[in-house]
Amino acid sequence: MGDLFEGYTPARPYGRPAWDEMFEAPGVPRPASRCLFDALQELPPDDFEARAAARDRSFRDRGITFQLSGEERPFPLDLIPRVIAEDEWAVLESGIVQRVKAMEALLKDLYGAGEILEDGVIPRRLVTSSQHFHRAAWGIEPPNGVRVQVAGIDVVRGGDGRFYVLEDNIRCPSGVSYVIENRRMMARIFPELFRSHRVLSVNGYPAKLLEALRAAAPEGTRNPTVVVMTPGVYNSAFFEHSFLARQMGVELVEGRDLVCRSGRVYMRTSHGEERVDVVYRRVDDEFLDPLHFRSDSLVGCPGLLNAARAGNVTIANAVGNGVADDKLTYTYMPEVIRYYLGEEPILPNVQTYRLEDPDQLSEVLARLDELVLKPVAGSGGYGILIGPQATDEELATAAATLTADPRAWTAQEVVALSTAPTRVGDRLAPRHLDLRPFAINDGNQIWVLPGGLTRVALPEGSLVVNSSQGGGSKDTWVTVSPTVPTGADGLIRHHDVPPDPVVNPAPPASVRPEAGPGWEDPDRAQQQQQQQQQQPPC
Amino acid sequence: MLSRIAESLFWIGRYVERAEDTARILDVNIHHLLEAPLTSEAEMCRSLLSVMGVTLPPEQMQTLSARRVTDVLAFDPANPSSIVSSLTAARVNARGVSEAISSEMWEALNVTYNGLPTALDLAARTAPYAFFRFVRERAAIIAGLSESTMSRDEAWRFMVLGRSLERVDMLTRLLAAAVTTADQDWVVLLRSCSAHEAFLRTYRREPEPTLATEFLLLDRLFPRSVFYSLVTAEECLAELDPRSGRAGMPDEGRRVLGHLRTSLEFRRIDDLVDELDELLVSLQKGCGAASAAVAARYFRQTSPIEWSVEVVGVER
Repeated sequence: MGDLFEGYTPARPYGRPAWDEMFEAPGVPRPASRCLFDALQELPPDDFEARAAARDRSFRDRGITFQLSGEERPFPLDLIPRVIAEDEWAVLESGIVQRVKAMEALLKDLYGAGEILEDGVIPRRLVTSSQHFHRAAWGIEPPNGVRVQVAGIDVVRGGDGRFYVLEDNIRCPSGVSYVIENRRMMARIFPELFRSHRVLSVNGYPAKLLEALRAAAPEGTRNPTVVVMTPGVYNSAFFEHSFLARQMGVELVEGRDLVCRSGRVYMRTSHGEERVDVVYRRVDDEFLDPLHFRSDSLVGCPGLLNAARAGNVTIANAVGNGVADDKLTYTYMPEVIRYYLGEEPILPNVQTYRLEDPDQLSEVLARLDELVLKPVAGSGGYGILIGPQATDEELATAAATLTADPRAWTAQEVVALSTAPTRVGDRLAPRHLDLRPFAINDGNQIWVLPGGLTRVALPEGSLVVNSSQGGGSKDTWVTVSPTVPTGADGLIRHHDVPPDPVVNPAPPASVRPEAGPGWEDPDRAQQQQQQQQQQPPC
Repeated sequence: MLSRIAESLFWIGRYVERAEDTARILDVNIHHLLEAPLTSEAEMCRSLLSVMGVTLPPEQMQTLSARRVTDVLAFDPANPSSIVSSLTAARVNARGVSEAISSEMWEALNVTYNGLPTALDLAARTAPYAFFRFVRERAAIIAGLSESTMSRDEAWRFMVLGRSLERVDMLTRLLAAAVTTADQDWVVLLRSCSAHEAFLRTYRREPEPTLATEFLLLDRLFPRSVFYSLVTAEECLAELDPRSGRAGMPDEGRRVLGHLRTSLEFRRIDDLVDELDELLVSLQKGCGAASAAVAARYFRQTSPIEWSVEVVGVER
């Protein structure tokens, strides 16, 4: 008892105290995590190993793996869930909805009238210099006005316990399949943990996504055909593409399965060509359509963008969204929210410096060893330089790169990412984590999947959580107290809260299934007789 | 359904069947060798290689052993028709179409692939039997799951079509090798097709060439016979496209298969052995023609389109 948490000491990255998701003080769990803490205490610590083996085997058998340095590995799920309290989640949820709304408005404006540029809230050169702003997408008006069908907003919790937005992902945010698979896995290998909790379900996601994609179909399409478009089986996120297609019951296509003719998109089927109305593409803009973007792309479909412009197909998420989730546009998001919505941002940004401003650049250059440097166009944790960890040589190279091309970089204050107990060997130790909640916009409502993907930096002290950098993940629980009103005002349907157990009348007794020969009725004497017959004659 | 997916399913059916049949053939022949010391090892090995259409460099043909043949036909990843290659290829196809087959089917194929290293290791430490058993059991699980979890839609039909054509192909190969072997043991041949017990129950006597050939080619009830497999393949094609014109048969695949089936069905049993060589050749060719017809009709050309810069310039 209690061995599991022995030696669990709060982390202090670079001298800043980190918030711990489970404990408010050493050995004292936060109210929302008390139940989990108690349940973990009751588990025999030595069966973690067996459960971990069961987890790895199941992930491997079902092909839930990812490529790390060319090797196929089971998806790294830590066995200890992360709990987010109901009230904290409510704030996070409303903040994400607000942010997605603002980004939709921003995209509509940038690919249309450009009022925000006229009003000088965002400098025009920010847009024109963004490599994700695509002139080819200008003037394409999505049928139901939605450009961000799916958003993944990365948030982190600072030392003060508040959530900050670290990054917006409104191009092809990935990871949601792992949220759903992580939950299924946890329910299988830790059923006892779920018994004492009411965790909001994550299973509704594929249905919500399909609804949003169908809602985005070109006008006049009665029964829209939706497809998921993948770069192919060798893409690192292929599992997710296949998962979503399967869960939505739609075709998973590659670029070579599609053909465009007179502004319409078809897929090649065994019975000829079949019209496609909505393409949920998981192919980057640059590779989507060799007619408009990279002409050497073999994973795209020539003519797709023209078909979208002609209003014959909807591409989701829309082409050119990258201009709004650019790391430099990010710095303007608080102003963007105020400009379009007239509201104060619910979720603050992490303090970020725009290096094109000479004053900010010189300040950053002076404090390079205290800041985090990120490439504006990058993702996946590649190219990030963490000042306090960097060598003098790396800092000198970075300073030169920054001065040469300030538009390509941003600098952020180091956030002491919050920690949570994570299995390391046979103990639990604090490891840093972030959270990527997923939002779906169907044009009427922005729905946020309760929880999201928690990514963990597994090496001690590390602040980089990307799975391509050896990060792990955790099942993320939004727990509700049993007193939440159930059955009223659609709250249940919205969150899929399991309703309070209703005492149903007992089902009518049914007839017992028939038994055939081979089943031995103890009352029957035949068997005995047979045995007697076999006795050797005296 | 997407042509690419249809093609993958067809080949999943073929690859799994090929792996299973190869495992059965090797298992029976290699163990027969141990039980019947008079059999010539070299001759049996040459026969097995010719069944699978594998040729080795002449210097290796001089020193053939059962172990070497097992390595080539079962374990060698460089041989495209080895068991290991077939199961790997089946899994690669399944991965690309995993949303089109049931999760359980995908998992069964994936577990099979993941289990290969352990099964190979076990076979290396003990005997190849462990590996053959693994392959047969996994094939049975895959067949059982496809039977009980897949809708009888196009996906299912393409898979069964592939499986049936492969079964005909493998059986004709086996028979072709048998007729060229002077002292063919027909019990071993029947057991290679899991047909010995079914044969005994049907004819109630030890097999001799005419009856064994008749059973393997023509039996209406045994699911691994050529006739049964041809009928199954024909049914799949008919369900894929039930239309038939007023005269003749527009679907080339159905035409070829129907022709093969009737040429078997309405042949005089007495002529069977005399005309066997010619019959087996026509069956082999027919399988290839049917497979090509299915590919041309349903899978078409699915290679990526390459766009040259000049063309793009003109379009703009």
